[in-house]
Amino acid sequence: MQNFLRDTVEFLPILLQGVWLTVVVTIGSLLLSTVLGLLWALMRVSGIRVLSGLSGGLINVIRGIPIIVLLFYLYFVMPDFGVALTALQASIIGLGIAYSAYQAENFRAGIEAIDKGQIEAAQTIGMGWWLTMRRVVLPQAVRIVLPPYGNVMIMMLKDSSQASTITVAELALQGKLIASSTFKNTSVFTLVALMYLTMSIPLILLVRHFENKANRK
Amino acid sequence: MIELTNVHKRFGSNEVLKGITASVEKSEVVCIIGPSGSGKSTILRCINGLESYDSGDILVEGARVDNKAPSIVAIRTQVSMVFQRFNLFPHRTALENVVEGPIYVKKEPPAQALERGRALLAQVGLAEKADAHPGQLSGGQQQRVAIARALAMQPKAILFDEPTSALDPELVGEVLGVMRKLADDGMTMVVVTHEMGFARDVADRVLFIDGGVIVEQGAAKSVLNAPQHARTQDFLHRVLHPL
Repeated sequence: MQNFLRDTVEFLPILLQGVWLTVVVTIGSLLLSTVLGLLWALMRVSGIRVLSGLSGGLINVIRGIPIIVLLFYLYFVMPDFGVALTALQASIIGLGIAYSAYQAENFRAGIEAIDKGQIEAAQTIGMGWWLTMRRVVLPQAVRIVLPPYGNVMIMMLKDSSQASTITVAELALQGKLIASSTFKNTSVFTLVALMYLTMSIPLILLVRHFENKANRK
Repeated sequence: MIELTNVHKRFGSNEVLKGITASVEKSEVVCIIGPSGSGKSTILRCINGLESYDSGDILVEGARVDNKAPSIVAIRTQVSMVFQRFNLFPHRTALENVVEGPIYVKKEPPAQALERGRALLAQVGLAEKADAHPGQLSGGQQQRVAIARALAMQPKAILFDEPTSALDPELVGEVLGVMRKLADDGMTMVVVTHEMGFARDVADRVLFIDGGVIVEQGAAKSVLNAPQHARTQDFLHRVLHPL
């Protein structure tokens, strides 16, 4: 135990640098996946066959490719096409795209759960498709979508560790580097696990808060 | 102001409207009665383009209703609709429900729209409920807010789709009272209803629809008190003497 505490004091500053990158990757890819997911979902429910077909196809392609392969593709293959991304950019874009498929399905489920009468009421006061979405459907869908959205946040936090495979020195990679140079596997990976857990707990509480709020409605 | 000429509509293989021809004049109150599934609601839904129709013509103030054309928005702002299940926006207050259309569709200045919205809520007897959400209101109150929301668009006509069918019996009167006042003020109204008392007292004309066709129509009192057609007689008998 004493050893563990000593190791903690020694390694924590280095691991905290990794935490910073973990947070950057998580928040960056969360934002990107939200924007893309909403775009795919709106295309899917647009009623325009070309758009909904395109979105459906995209979602299936994205879902069918492992995140790690997507990251390799962006980081190692794209330079061959003249698009050179930094490791951080590639990881945010890769995770953002990968998760946009799940976000899209989540958003679509929320949108489709809204009573058709709401849409008809909006139409009868002269609202077009976009105004109906913005003023009537999306504000109500948010309440349905938030609990699963919180779960996606937790999954993204953990999956941000996949950025380590393309050299982003986030928490998992920092841990691995320290462990392989000091051989203190137990201390280091226990610390890494505890730090992920510490970051997850506020998110878990947030999801519970969303769920309680949704259930009260 | 509303004219239907030989309107046909089918859902799959089921033809629900089989050549409806009817018209509604300005300031007229027309009640549509008939058994469930006879096509009553479908007529209303076709008039403001919630459903498309397969053939025939529907004209509102001379403009053809086509729910694929951009002109449908203008028609909908002239012909409001009140639904059986109110369909208020649950995430907005009563007042916000009322001013939603004026502010976001008609682009009225918010201050002016809010002032008129409050006046409309007062008109339907709900001035003190302006800040309540639909979930905090009774069915009758919700339907009155829905009527205020329809009026806020300053429509030339209002379509009512069984406005009291989802209400507890003791709440029906307050909604019919508001509708009667509207009729007295000269609002053009098309009302699909099972409230025969309302139809007799308030409507100028009654259409009896069965099986997608207008079986009988005429002045409200004559259709309801002395129906000519056997199907109308049978329907009215069953509605008025259910036991």
